[in-house]
Amino acid sequence: MNAPTKSEAKGLHSALRYNFIAMVGNENVRAATAADTIGGAQPKLVIEPGTASEIAEILRLSNEAGLAVIPRGGGTKLEWGNPPSRADLILSTARMTEIIEHAWADLTVSVEAGCTIQRLQETLAQHGQRLALDPLWPEKATVGGVLSTNDSGALRLRFGALRDLIIGATVALPDGTLASSGGKVVKNVAGYDLPKLVTGALGTLGVITRAVFRVHPLPRNTRSFSMSAANAEETQHLVLAVQNSKLAHTFLQSHFSDDAPPVSDILFEGTDAGLAAQEAQLRTLSAPAIVRDASTATWTAREELWTLSEPASTAIAKISILPAEMARAMKRMEHIANGHQVRWRALVYATGIGWLRLEGKPGSLRGALQALRGELEGQSCSVVALHRPEKMPAFDAWGTAGDALPLMKAVKQQLDPKNTLNPGRFVGGI
Amino acid sequence: MNPMEARILDELRTIVGDRGLISSPEELHTYECDGLTNFRVMPRAVVLPNSTEQVQAIVGICHRERMPFVARGSGTGLSGGALPVENGIVISLARMNRILEVDFPNARVVVEPGVINLDVTGRVSPQDYFYAPDPSSQSICSIGGNVAENSGGAHCLKYGFTTTHVLGLEVVLPDASLIHLGGKTLDTPGYDLAGVFVGSEGTLGVATRIILRIVKRPECIRTLLAAFPSTNEAGAAVSDIIAAGMLPAAIEMMDNLAIQAAEAAVHANYPNCGGLLLVELDGPVAEVEALMTDVNEICRSNGASEIRAAQSDAERALVWKGRKAAFAAMGRISPNYIVQDGVIPRTALPRVMSEITRLSQEAGVRVANVFHAGDGNLHPLVLYDRRISGQEEAAEALSSRILELCIEAGGSITGEHGVGEDKKKMMSKMFAEPDLATMQRVRCAFDPLQLSNPTKVFPTPRLCGEKPGEYVAHPAESEGIAERY
Repeated sequence: MNAPTKSEAKGLHSALRYNFIAMVGNENVRAATAADTIGGAQPKLVIEPGTASEIAEILRLSNEAGLAVIPRGGGTKLEWGNPPSRADLILSTARMTEIIEHAWADLTVSVEAGCTIQRLQETLAQHGQRLALDPLWPEKATVGGVLSTNDSGALRLRFGALRDLIIGATVALPDGTLASSGGKVVKNVAGYDLPKLVTGALGTLGVITRAVFRVHPLPRNTRSFSMSAANAEETQHLVLAVQNSKLAHTFLQSHFSDDAPPVSDILFEGTDAGLAAQEAQLRTLSAPAIVRDASTATWTAREELWTLSEPASTAIAKISILPAEMARAMKRMEHIANGHQVRWRALVYATGIGWLRLEGKPGSLRGALQALRGELEGQSCSVVALHRPEKMPAFDAWGTAGDALPLMKAVKQQLDPKNTLNPGRFVGGI
Repeated sequence: MNPMEARILDELRTIVGDRGLISSPEELHTYECDGLTNFRVMPRAVVLPNSTEQVQAIVGICHRERMPFVARGSGTGLSGGALPVENGIVISLARMNRILEVDFPNARVVVEPGVINLDVTGRVSPQDYFYAPDPSSQSICSIGGNVAENSGGAHCLKYGFTTTHVLGLEVVLPDASLIHLGGKTLDTPGYDLAGVFVGSEGTLGVATRIILRIVKRPECIRTLLAAFPSTNEAGAAVSDIIAAGMLPAAIEMMDNLAIQAAEAAVHANYPNCGGLLLVELDGPVAEVEALMTDVNEICRSNGASEIRAAQSDAERALVWKGRKAAFAAMGRISPNYIVQDGVIPRTALPRVMSEITRLSQEAGVRVANVFHAGDGNLHPLVLYDRRISGQEEAAEALSSRILELCIEAGGSITGEHGVGEDKKKMMSKMFAEPDLATMQRVRCAFDPLQLSNPTKVFPTPRLCGEKPGEYVAHPAESEGIAERY
């Protein structure tokens, strides 16, 4: 990697560029290429700082110079959110990969933002522990990126989402402040819970440089089963019956599509004795539905749904509904898909969080998403578009943020008054 | 009373009616402190609204008059969070105590802030659900207060804190606007401001409606008492339980002094020993029984002299009664005591315990210890006699020193009681100035005029818009609205 030449990084004040180079070294500053484009915006520079202080200082200098900064971890979910209104600098955490402390006997881990989830899990596993989270693409996704996008999977039913697992964070703000909150103990109510504020904020308030998580033991043994149902109503009935039972399942997810009857997968973790007893209870509870051992595809169902072989004709959205409204939402989806001539399938967890994949012409995809959002938002549910084909007509990723939007803007104004971080990417134009 | 005050009182009375306004000095005494009685401030008035609209109207007057307010639930807090502020009013949510909605299929309950914690469980237990956060004061403390303090309880080791179970909030902001944070569904688009609000100790506004998650009761609950020679052996057993990959519903520890007090107060029939462990496992019967065998073995191998399983619900209730009464029980063995609340990484327990013992002997002040041992939350009870000259000061010094030990061990100055008035000076020992300044900036987004419980949590109040280190006049200040303090 070479230092940017004048022509490569034109538009960036040269004194500023050389400040960056002096701080992080020539080899960690490069001109951005077409591969770094984000939502159609072409940044000028990519910087890979090595420390939290460097991140804070780069932010401060960029903020003063009025540059727009796009924080980047593993780059797996950069398309989530709206396209940025401006993009000058990519601030990458690729070099900040240290696992600072795995206090295994205290069930906590402190880790730098650029560490991949997979490497973190491998380290935790050496002491029989895990971060009880199953985000997308763990081999590439980083701690900071997963936190900023609030990406959780099926395990959330049992262990909660990132908001329930993060216990401390250090964040660099655009004015160069490096602020820590929370701590490294699981139970702690001193001060505001800012780790929750930056979780899911899509990097619009600050750049997460370090996080502390509570961790969980790896399960002794696991068993998973799949159960077929004739239709969405039967699936709904089964899911609510399991949720209302004494079973201590770890996840429960249901697959819906336009070309196959629904299937639900359930995972149990525990001792052999406990697992045998739970299997027997499940069989009684779910009769007459057939219970069979789940295939290994169960574990990768979400990534499989995300396979983008035809990105130009595929849209993917995250939906959040009430658990007991699952069947109704799927029936509406079916109706809307027919009307707009799109193919669809969905993976919905018993928590009410689901993932929706639509295939069709870009205009039809937009129409279907708009119709679904229109119906669900009325019932305090949400549809967030995560992947949209380039040619799809403009469609806000988030939908309404409700009457708290002015307050959200006030929080943004307090922490990033010049709109330096990820401008225009979050709800309501934040 | 000056005419302005009479005018405001009349206006408040119009909103809440005669019975909703308390302004006579003798009645106001009830509200001059919360569960932490060594701080007392007389409020100008106490108003008791019974609807969100009334709260909005009251806060509207406070905003217009630049008059600070403190929201109050049941007043059981132990950090002075509900302590009135000078020249301010108290908004008591005690009359807003309706359970508005119970939705079993979605496991959601919607409540007003004055609903008592245990009443939520009472309402849903016929269908075999419960509300998980269980602070020791759960039979009298309110959900609104729990939200302010992010209350925990013995079972948060497995089930999480109040913040885990609050999905949405209706909030009256300090400018009297009404907003909704979170909701009945998860991950509502936008910042997780419900997550910020819970545990903000009443400094960001007043919650008027709260959406809670309820949990299905486990198939079985097993509770075991194990008697150890000292807290060291009991602590080692806890570490082994965790290392074995178990996540009990609760692990509580008491030292000998705490056992004696609990025995004197409620006759819980605890074994007399140096370190008592209470371990509770819940879940499917087969699973819990398999794990209970392991817990038994771990306790035995760490030197437990006696292991006893609660044989019935009544026995289990008695075991918990002793533990939950432990704070109040101190009155049986000491005329005065300080309830401390600190957190350490669990592995630091032996070191911190021996240091507490040493400091206690050095100061000639007894300390009884009750812990949520699973998550390292210590509740040292510092015993003293106010009538003996110098004892109160010695007890307070020791109590503060214990918190410093917690910080030095990498822990926290509060695990569940909050910072409030009591610990705001300790905040700068736990957090650096930029950390606190960042929290203040978030506060300024919610409450730019700093009217909502303004003197709590932070060691040095700062006007919004003020930069640390340099003085810039705040617009409110230039306009003569606010003064620096």
